[in-house]
Amino acid sequence: MMDEIQKRILMEVADLHEVPEGAYNIRANGVSAARNVTANIDIISKEDGSGIDIYIKPGTVNESVHIPVVLSQSGLKEMVYNDFHIGANCDVVIVAGCGIHNCGDQDSEHDGIHRFFVGENAKVKYVEKHYGSGEGTGKRILNPVTEVTMEAGSSMEMEMVQIKGVDNTNRVTTADLAAGASLVVRERLMTHGDQEAISSYFVNLNGAGASTDVVSRSVARDMSYQKFDSRITGNAPCTGHTECDAIIMDQAKILAIPQLEANDIDAALIHEAAIGKIAGEQIIKLMTLGLTEAEAEEQIINGFLK
Amino acid sequence: MLEIKNLSFAVAADTAEKEIIHDISLTIGKGRFVVITGPNGGGKSTLAKLIAGIEKPTGGSILLDGVDMTDKSITERAHMGVSYAFQQPVKFKGIRVIDLLRIASGKKLSVGDACAYLSEVGLCARDYIDREVNGSLSGGELKRIEIATVLARGTALSVFDEPEAGIDLWSFKSLIEVFERMRKVNSDRTILVISHQERILNIADEIIVLGSGHILNHGSREDVLPTLLGTPAAVNACAQLTKGGA
Repeated sequence: MMDEIQKRILMEVADLHEVPEGAYNIRANGVSAARNVTANIDIISKEDGSGIDIYIKPGTVNESVHIPVVLSQSGLKEMVYNDFHIGANCDVVIVAGCGIHNCGDQDSEHDGIHRFFVGENAKVKYVEKHYGSGEGTGKRILNPVTEVTMEAGSSMEMEMVQIKGVDNTNRVTTADLAAGASLVVRERLMTHGDQEAISSYFVNLNGAGASTDVVSRSVARDMSYQKFDSRITGNAPCTGHTECDAIIMDQAKILAIPQLEANDIDAALIHEAAIGKIAGEQIIKLMTLGLTEAEAEEQIINGFLK
Repeated sequence: MLEIKNLSFAVAADTAEKEIIHDISLTIGKGRFVVITGPNGGGKSTLAKLIAGIEKPTGGSILLDGVDMTDKSITERAHMGVSYAFQQPVKFKGIRVIDLLRIASGKKLSVGDACAYLSEVGLCARDYIDREVNGSLSGGELKRIEIATVLARGTALSVFDEPEAGIDLWSFKSLIEVFERMRKVNSDRTILVISHQERILNIADEIIVLGSGHILNHGSREDVLPTLLGTPAAVNACAQLTKGGA
């Protein structure tokens, strides 16, 4: 049974009010709190207890898997391996997410390693949300590693969101795409206080016709620090685009490093990066519509991160 | 009623102060449609910004319906009933047309109501309601959305800074209709438009001619317009737009 704090965190990271429909595995304070499998989706614990394997049968369509993680015990540190085996021609939604509530003085840390093996022509929508809360002095640390292997013709859309309360993040995402595979990444990040967030993407376009679009929108407030490092490597005729668009506020610092590497004459790669403060005229416009300066700022940030 | 008393505005230029608005006084009655015209650099946009609170005067006062708003912030003036349409509409990443209209109306505007404001400015609402107010919209589209936000506010005083700037001929024609409808719908609404366009001057109750920061002339359209025809203060928009100019 989960307590109220755990339920609230679950709502933040997985939009779940109750247990979800379909397959799920809820991990709370280092142990599996609930699990459900379906005829097409199986979830099996790894023998050494280090995580789970999720098997989705070929041709599974319109099904979802939820694997939220909740940490509410101060001082808990864990490393979890979750492997997703997605069969050919699937069309599925996977919702992961981690919420830490730390009201103690010891650091809480969850390091999740997610590996995706996406079968031929399969279609995956992956949503990952991070959230931290709690008044304790202990840090809330999340270091997610995501490794994606995409077979020919497969497509994956990843939505990575971290809006509040995580003190320290080092996110590393690598992807290898075969011919005709397509990967879209939408990252939204907000840091405040003295938080630090590092986000690195390494996307290798290995097959003809592979494509990727890696876009990050972020807001850095207070004294926080962000580093966005996105590298696309084109090893075949392919198309790639990466973009970092950041709003800087207060005394925050942002480093954006978009990188492109072309190893094929027909690799068409583009990068864009922009960092700037909120335009004064945007605030003035919203003030003429009746908002206060603070409300205007919130609207602009909410819209930007939407 | 809008009252402007001995209003001055100066900016620091090199060592001396440069006065943009010199001791202006004027009164605009409730429900009047007033156009401010005059040469470029004469202080028209500055006066509009002073009314909206975007610039702070160096002297004088501004009153709306008897309440002194000289020291009020932009937000406070907005709540007192001042709306302001920018000459260059502001773009926002991630804020949709409907979001902006909802903020403007100050309430949970239904999609149907939001669409009505867009239709009013000649935009096919369905195509625009969920669009972001960003660079993907043309200058004319942004301008019409800007005007729709002022319509959604429905305040006692609406100030439009060169509403015709950057819009095409068709939009310009429908703009005139928008102003005419605004007056019909609520005859108490005071509308202040900064414009050089003869067709806008043609529907004014009063015309104010501003030059070098001074009021050069202020009177009824019948009295003032004949003195302006053929000067840059009253441009024939249709002739100019069909020639491709603006």
